[in-house]
Amino acid sequence: MERRIAEILIQELKLENVTPDTFDVNTDLVKELGIDSMDLTTVVLVLQGEYKVKFDEDTYPSLTTVRAIADQIRQLQSTVS
Amino acid sequence: MITVRSLLDDAWYDRYLKICNLNIRSSIYDVTNACNLRCKGCFFFSSDEHLTGEEKDTAAWEAFVDAEKARGVNLAILIGGEPTLFLDRVEAFYRRLPSFCATNGLIKVPRDRFPDMMVGISLWGDGETERSLRGKDTFAVSSKNYAGDPDTYYLYTLTAQQLGRIEHMVRRIRDIGVKVHFQLLSNDEGADGFSWSPEQLRDVRSEMDDLLDRYPDTVISSRYYHEVLTTGTMLGRRFGWMECPSVSETHDFRNPQPRRLIRFRRWAADLKTTHRCCTSATRDCDTCKDGAAHMSWVMVNKRAHIRTARDLQNWIEVYEMFAKLYRFIPW
Repeated sequence: MERRIAEILIQELKLENVTPDTFDVNTDLVKELGIDSMDLTTVVLVLQGEYKVKFDEDTYPSLTTVRAIADQIRQLQSTVS
Repeated sequence: MITVRSLLDDAWYDRYLKICNLNIRSSIYDVTNACNLRCKGCFFFSSDEHLTGEEKDTAAWEAFVDAEKARGVNLAILIGGEPTLFLDRVEAFYRRLPSFCATNGLIKVPRDRFPDMMVGISLWGDGETERSLRGKDTFAVSSKNYAGDPDTYYLYTLTAQQLGRIEHMVRRIRDIGVKVHFQLLSNDEGADGFSWSPEQLRDVRSEMDDLLDRYPDTVISSRYYHEVLTTGTMLGRRFGWMECPSVSETHDFRNPQPRRLIRFRRWAADLKTTHRCCTSATRDCDTCKDGAAHMSWVMVNKRAHIRTARDLQNWIEVYEMFAKLYRFIPW
């Protein structure tokens, strides 16, 4: 899942000089990549479609890394099932 | 991959960390359609935006602000008309949300009721220009009302006729212990002698840069802001309708959708109507010189500035400027 999330981030935000394989899943998306709330909203929309989950907007501030996003999706999926 | 950390030394990175999670979500509210001045070039009246109705029930204002807070707004920018004519409405915001009140300064915001609300006083020039455009030297009154107020700044709207004379007012503002921020007049009403030529824009940029350097404790601004505002360009892109971030989301059907202020709306005083943008729907976006719109244009394009150290430092300076002007970080 982490690799796919990295791929979505790279595609949606047009990140350069990085691949899903080289993307560090612990990189802080805000402090290191400069992602803002509009970027996150864009990415979340794609993730919600892909993983059939609904993110609570209050959790956005905690989506700071690819790993944190993956953990959140897994938690949401387990709640649904 | 270029990262923020790779572009900044420790001092700049520390500044970045202080602002990168602020997530400012502003909206603008016409508190009233009434004003105690009638200024030439005021878009509010020239575009007939004052003709919407006006909600008069304070309880309705309070419920409206609660709904705005629930919509995610965390900064209320109060304009008009003259907001201080209806302090009960201003208070409805102030008690619920971080609020900024734009005023002409003729009526003093009572500090016992609004102890730390940021107040921005509009100023259009020296006494001669003020009398010419506004019919009154407002500084003579506002400077007495707000001298020494730490939560006040002058929003000095520069006109071409102020070239070479801006320092005089900056000094007077410094001398009463208040800050100043610049923006440029957009001549919506085509008042004679108040449109900008390319040469004048170049000159005013130089003058603003110089004043920022010489009055760093008084002038709240940045060189990059001056560049973007006077040239209308940012990173090789032209400001205009397809770039402006400050369009009400209710009016924004642009395709492709530009980067914009999330959930931004400008509400009329009837609390039902939303205006097109932070200024006037009759304004030509290609020549708009609205300072907040240009600041926001920079701010929403953060990642575009993550390409060189200088670009990112420029972005940080503009964001810090905005955050200071609206009390998210101290002066």
